[in-house]
Amino acid sequence: MSSKGKKTVPDQAHPLVALYKEMLYYRRFEERVLVAYTNQKFSGFCHVHIGQEALCVGVQKCLRPSDYMISGYRSHTQAIAKGIPGNQVFAELFGKVTGCSRGKGGSMHMFSKEHRFLGGHGIVGGQAPLATGAAFRIKYMKEDDIVVCYMGDAAMNQGQVYEVMNMAATWDLPVLFIVENNQYGMGTDIRRTTSVDHLYKRALAFDMDHSMVDAMDVETVIQHVDKIVKKMRKDKKPYLLEAKCYRYKGHSVSDPQNYRTKEEVAEWLKKDPVLVLGEKLKSEKLATEELLESWDDEIKTRVRADEQFADESPNPDMSEAWMHVYLD
Amino acid sequence: MAILTFREALGQAMYEEMERDPSVFLMGEEVAQYNGAYKVSKGLLDKFGPERVIDSPISEAGFAGLGVGAAMTGLRPIIEMMTWNFGIQGFDQIINHAAKMLYMSGGQFPIPMVIRGPNGAAHMLSSQHSQAVDPFLTNVPGLKVVCPATPADGKGLLKAAIRDNNPVCFLESEMMYGMKGEVPDGEFLIPLGVGEIKKAGSDVTIITWGKTYHKVVKTVEQIEKEFGISVEILDPRTLLPLDENLIFQSVRKTHRVVIVEEAWGFASVGAQISDRIHNMCFDELDAPVERVSTDFVPVPYNEALEHEVLPNEDKIVKAVRRVIYAD
Repeated sequence: MSSKGKKTVPDQAHPLVALYKEMLYYRRFEERVLVAYTNQKFSGFCHVHIGQEALCVGVQKCLRPSDYMISGYRSHTQAIAKGIPGNQVFAELFGKVTGCSRGKGGSMHMFSKEHRFLGGHGIVGGQAPLATGAAFRIKYMKEDDIVVCYMGDAAMNQGQVYEVMNMAATWDLPVLFIVENNQYGMGTDIRRTTSVDHLYKRALAFDMDHSMVDAMDVETVIQHVDKIVKKMRKDKKPYLLEAKCYRYKGHSVSDPQNYRTKEEVAEWLKKDPVLVLGEKLKSEKLATEELLESWDDEIKTRVRADEQFADESPNPDMSEAWMHVYLD
Repeated sequence: MAILTFREALGQAMYEEMERDPSVFLMGEEVAQYNGAYKVSKGLLDKFGPERVIDSPISEAGFAGLGVGAAMTGLRPIIEMMTWNFGIQGFDQIINHAAKMLYMSGGQFPIPMVIRGPNGAAHMLSSQHSQAVDPFLTNVPGLKVVCPATPADGKGLLKAAIRDNNPVCFLESEMMYGMKGEVPDGEFLIPLGVGEIKKAGSDVTIITWGKTYHKVVKTVEQIEKEFGISVEILDPRTLLPLDENLIFQSVRKTHRVVIVEEAWGFASVGAQISDRIHNMCFDELDAPVERVSTDFVPVPYNEALEHEVLPNEDKIVKAVRRVIYAD
C-alpha cells in the first residue's frame, strides 16, 4: 500500500474493519449495560454477552433480513445484530416505552416483528419449539428462509429441545440450532451435568447434520456458517452447530464466579475475539493503534447516545399494564 | 339444521374453517391417518392433505410449542391433545409462551391458536387420565378457555376460537363425543365470552358447563317435581373470559345458586364464580352459594369409587336441597 514514503492509509472499507467495529460496539454496549445496572439504573436479571461477540456478528453476516432469529435470555446484542436499533434495546433494559418491547419484556425479552427477531426467552430451551414452529411456517408457505435458534449449552439438557429436533429432522424443517457452548450452565460446569464430551453429538440421535466451530474467531464463524446456511437453503434440513465460546463475565451480574479459576478465565482472555481481531488489523496494516482508539471513541459515543435515549425516554403510561393481554 | 354428534360438529367446524382460511392447520397425535383418536378429525386428511393435517410424535411440549412458533409467524394452528391430561406436558409452552407472547413483546406477536382435546374423567381411566384442567388454565391471563356442552355450542364456539387472535384452550369430553344434537349448517359462530341460559327457571340457578351440564339436566326434572321448584340452568360456555353479567342477572332473579363443575373445588372456576356472586350480589342471595365438584382426591379406577368422588346426580340434588333449605 505504501509508496514513495507516503504514510500508509488503512483501508477502512475492508470487511474485517466492519466486523471489528461491530464486535467492538457490542462489547462496549454490554459494558455500558453493566455499568448502568451496577449504578442501579435498572433492575431485574441482566445477562451480558461479553466474550461471545464473534458468533453473534459472524452468524448474522450469513443471513438475510427475511430469516428468523430467536434466542434465550442472553440476547441483547443478537437483537441488535438482527436489526433492532441499539437505543431501543437500551430503552427496553430501562423499561421505557420506546424499548423494543415497550418496556414490558426487559433484558430477557427483546422482540421485533419488523426484524423477525422472535424474542429473547426466559425458559431455558423453551425457544426451540418456537423456532421449529417458525420453520414449519417456512415449509408450509413454501419459502426458503431459515430460522436461527440460539441456545445455551444448558438448554441441551431440556427435554422439549429434543422433541422438536426430532420433528425438525423428521419433517425437514429449516432450523439452525446454534448451541453457544460457553461451558457453564449458570454456575454448573457442563461436564458435571452432561454425558457427552461434545454437544453436537446429540444430533446423531436424530440423524441431523451437525458440526462444531471455534466461535472465538469471527472469520472462522462466517466461513463455517455460510456453508451451513447455503446448504440449508437448498436441502431445507435442520442443523445443529456447536459454537465453542466463553463468557468473560458472570452468568448474571450477581454471579461471584467461584466455580471457575482465574487461570481458566485468563487463558480464554487470550482468545478475546475483539482484541485478537484488533491485533490482526494492525498486523495486516488495516488499522493503527491510533485508529483503533479513534474507533473506540466513536463507538463509546454511540453507546452513550443509546443510553441517553433510554434515559430520556418516557416510562410507559400506567394503562400499558393492562394492554396487550389479549388482541381483539 | 342437521342432527350431529358432538364429534361431528367439532369436525365440521374445523373442516369449514380450514376450507375458509388456508393458514389454518391441524396437528396432533393420530389426527391424520387414524382420523383422530376419537374420530373428531375424521375425513380432514383426505380433504386437506398431509401438509395441513399432521400426525405428530408423542411430544406434547414440542408440538404445542411448534404451534406457538407457527402462530407467531402468521399461521393459525389447531393443536389437538389426545387428552388434556397429556396436554399438561405442553403447559410450559401454553402458559410460559403462548399466553405471554403478546404481552411481553409489547403487542407485536399475537398467538392465534387453538389447543383442543377432551378434559376430565371419561370412565374408569384412573387418576392420570381423569383430570379436569379448567382451573389450571383459567388462572392464566392471556389464555381464553372454552368448555362447550352441546354439539351446536361445540361447532359455534370452535369456529369462533379458530378465528380468535389469542390462544384458546378448548375443553371437550370423551363422554360427549357421541352425544347428538341439532347443529346449524354452515356459518354459525358463537362469540367467546357469552354464556347462555339453557333452561329458564325462577327459583334456583344451577351454573354448570361441559360434561357436568348433562348430569344437571338429568337431575332437574326430578328436582323440580320433588321440591316443586323451577330451576334455571346457566352455561357460561366460555370460562375465560367469564360472562359475569349473565350470572349476576340470573342470581338477581332466582336468589339461590348451585355451581356444578368437574374440577377439584379448591381454587377452582366454581370458587371464582362464587366469589364474584358474593361480591356483586351479596344482598340478592337467599342462601349461601353451594358448590359440587370432584372430591379432593385423585380419581380412582374402581367404578363405584369413581362415581362416588365425581360430581354425581345425588350430590347435585343434595346441593339444591341445601340452597332451598329443604333439609
